[in-house]
Amino acid sequence: MKRFALIVGLVLITAALVFASGGGEQPAPAPSTQEAPTAASAPVTIQWWHAMGGRLGEKVQAIAKGFNESQSNYIVEPVYKGNYAETMTSGIAAFRAGNPPHIIQIYEVGTATMMAAEKAIVPVYKLMEQTGEPFDPNDYIPTVTGYYTTADGKMLSLPFNSSTPVLYFNKDAFRKAGLDPNKPPKTWPEVADYSRKLVAAGYSGFSTAWISWIQLENFSAWHNVPLASEANGFQGLDAVLEYNSPLHVRHIKALSDWQKEKIFVYGGRTNVGNALFSSEKVAMYTESSAGYAGFKANAKFEFGTSMLPYWPDVKGAPQNTIIGGASLWVMAGHTDAEYKAVARFFSYLSSPEVQADWHQFSGYLPITKAAYQLTKDQGFYDKNPDLETALKQMTLNPPNENTRGVRLGNFPQIREINYDELEAIFDGQKTAKQGLDSAVSRGNALLREFEKANK
Amino acid sequence: MGTRVIFKNKALPYLLLVPQISIVLIFFIWPGIEAVVLSFFREDAFGLSREFVGLYNFTTLFADPVYLHSFIVTIVFSFWVMLLAMTLALYLAIMADRAIRGSEFYTTMIIWPYAVAPVVSGVMWMFLFNPTVGIVSYFLEQAGYQWNHTLNGSQALLLVIVAASWKQISYNFLFFLAGLQNIPESLLESAAMDGARPFTRFWKIIFPLLSPTTFFLVVMNVMYAFFQTFGIIHQVTRGGPNQATNTLVYKVYSDGFVGLNLGSSSAQSVVLMALVIVLTVIQFRFLERRVEY
Repeated sequence: MKRFALIVGLVLITAALVFASGGGEQPAPAPSTQEAPTAASAPVTIQWWHAMGGRLGEKVQAIAKGFNESQSNYIVEPVYKGNYAETMTSGIAAFRAGNPPHIIQIYEVGTATMMAAEKAIVPVYKLMEQTGEPFDPNDYIPTVTGYYTTADGKMLSLPFNSSTPVLYFNKDAFRKAGLDPNKPPKTWPEVADYSRKLVAAGYSGFSTAWISWIQLENFSAWHNVPLASEANGFQGLDAVLEYNSPLHVRHIKALSDWQKEKIFVYGGRTNVGNALFSSEKVAMYTESSAGYAGFKANAKFEFGTSMLPYWPDVKGAPQNTIIGGASLWVMAGHTDAEYKAVARFFSYLSSPEVQADWHQFSGYLPITKAAYQLTKDQGFYDKNPDLETALKQMTLNPPNENTRGVRLGNFPQIREINYDELEAIFDGQKTAKQGLDSAVSRGNALLREFEKANK
Repeated sequence: MGTRVIFKNKALPYLLLVPQISIVLIFFIWPGIEAVVLSFFREDAFGLSREFVGLYNFTTLFADPVYLHSFIVTIVFSFWVMLLAMTLALYLAIMADRAIRGSEFYTTMIIWPYAVAPVVSGVMWMFLFNPTVGIVSYFLEQAGYQWNHTLNGSQALLLVIVAASWKQISYNFLFFLAGLQNIPESLLESAAMDGARPFTRFWKIIFPLLSPTTFFLVVMNVMYAFFQTFGIIHQVTRGGPNQATNTLVYKVYSDGFVGLNLGSSSAQSVVLMALVIVLTVIQFRFLERRVEY
C-alpha cells in the first residue's frame, strides 16, 4: 500500500503549503473605484473602508447618506471590512495590489505604521491644503487630535471614533456598603478603602478592561510621566519604552497585592471583564467611555462615572488622559477630483451637527470644540451627566509631550506583550518589577525591528 | 487496484487536470513560494521597502524564548488533543458498534459536533467556562474550586485541549466505527469460543485490525491539532494567559496579521512547513512498519 502512503504524504505537504501561504496571502482587491466619470456632471465616488459593525455600522451608513444627500457632486460609499486588524490588513493588501480605498479607518495602535508609510498616505493637513478646503486645526479638541498630529502640530489623520477610559461605579452597591453614591473615589488609596467596605458588603472591589491601555498607557498620561522616550515616540523611531519606572512598578504591584483582599480582580484581555461589572461581581470598573451604552443596556442597577483614580502623592497628577479608538486615513494614488471629494466629506464630518449627533448617539468623543459646545447648549449633559466625565477628563489640562498620545511601531504586539507580563504578575509567577522589566525589554526589541524596517 | 481507464485522446487527461492543477498552483504552491521568499527579507507592512536579511528572521526566531515556548505548547497541546480525541472516539465507537437498539441515533448524535464551526464551538466553551458568568465555572466554584482561565495558564491549556478534542471526536468516531464494522464477526466469535475475554479480544484482535485506521487518524489528528484549532484558540484564550495557549499557528497569525511583521511570520510558516514534512516522513518511516494494512 505504498500508494496510500504517497497520497497521504501529498495531502500533508499540500496542507503545509496552504498553511505556509498565510504570510504572503492577500485578500482579493475591492472592485476598482477609479473609473473616470463618464460625463463632466457625473458624481465622483469615493470608498470609505471602516470597521464599525452593528449599530455603529448603521450609523456610519447614515452619516454617508447624509453627506450624499447634502450635495450632488460626490458620493461616499462606506464598506465594512471586519474588525480593526482585518480592516487594516485589507487596506494594506489593497495598497500592495495597487487598488487602495480613498479613506480607511485605522485603530490608534496602527498610527505609527500608517505614519511611517509616507508614500502610501496623504496627510490630512496636506489634503486640505492641496484641495483648498477651509481647515483650521484650532477648531479641534487638542487632546483628541493630538494623538494623530505630528509633534509640530500637523494633522495626519482625522479622528473618527475616540474614547477615553473612565471609572464606572455601582451606586446601589455603594449604598449597600454604606458609601455615599455621589462621592466616587478620587485616588487609588480611596479606591482601596472603598473596596474594603464593598468586599465586606459581599462585592469585589474593582476590575479593569483594556489593561494595557488603561493601567499603563493612560496611567502614564494621567500621572504626567512618559510611557516611552522621544515624547512617547512622537519625536522619533528610536523611542525606548519606560513603563518599568518605580511609579509604574508601584501601581502594578498594588494591583497585584490587592488581589488577595479582592480589592482588585483581573477580568481578562480586551474588555471581556465587562461582565464582572454588569453582573455586580465588582462594584467599580475602569473601561472606555464608549462602553457606557453597553452598561446602560445590561446593568440592572444604578451606576455613575467619574474620572480615573490617581496616586495623590505624584506631582502633576491628574494631568489629562489619552484617547483610544480609530481615525480616518487618506490613502495615496487617487485623482485630484477624488481628493476634493474626500476633503469635502471630512469638512462635513467635522461639522458641529454631525459630530454632536455622532457623540450623543455613540458615546464617542466629539472631535471639535464647536460640537462639544453644541452638545452643552442642547442640554444633553444635564440629562446625561455621566457622558461628560470623559470630556472633562480629556480637557482637564492642555496636553504635553507625555500626554499627547502614543506613537510606537508594532504597538498591537507590544500590547499583547503587556497582557502576557501582567498576567504573569497577577498569577504570581513574576514580581511587578520582573514583569514590567521583561515587558519593556521584549517591547524594545519590537521597536528596534520596526525602526529597521522603516528607515 | 481498481480498473484502469484508458483515454484514447492523449491531450484529454491533461486537459481535465488543468483546473485542479491550476488551483493548487495559484492558491497553494505560489503563495507557499512567496512565503519562503518573504522569510529572507525584512519588509515594512506596505511593501514600500524591502531588504534582504538572509537567515536573520530564522536566527531571531530560534533565539526568542517566546517562540521556543510556543513549540512546547504546541507539542503538549497536540499530544493531548490526539490522545483524548482518539481514545474517547474509540470507546464511543465500540459502544455504538455493540448497541443493538438505537445505534443510528447514537451515531448521529456523536457526529453532530463535527458540523459545528470551530468559532461557534469556541464561543460555546468560552461561555461555559467564563469565570464570571459561565455555568461550569459556577459549579466548580460551588464545589470549592477556583476556575479562572484568564489568569491560570494550566486551566487555559486544559480548556482549549478539551474544546479542541470535543470537536475532533466525531471525526475519529466515524472512522473507528467504519473500521470496527469491517472486522469480521466470525473472528471475534471464534476467539470468544476459545475462551478469550472481552479485553483480550479487543487487545489481540480488534486493536491490531484497526491499526490502519488508527495510524491514519494519528496523522490526521496531529494535523488537526496543529492547524485547524486556530478558531477555538482565538475565541477562547487568544493565546493567553502569558503565552500559555499560544500555539505555533496562532503565533503566525498574531505576528503576521495583527503585528504585520511579514518577514518573521513567513519564517514561522516555513518552519512549520518543514516540521510537518519531517513529522510525516517520520510517521511513515517508523509507524507504518508496525501497521497491518
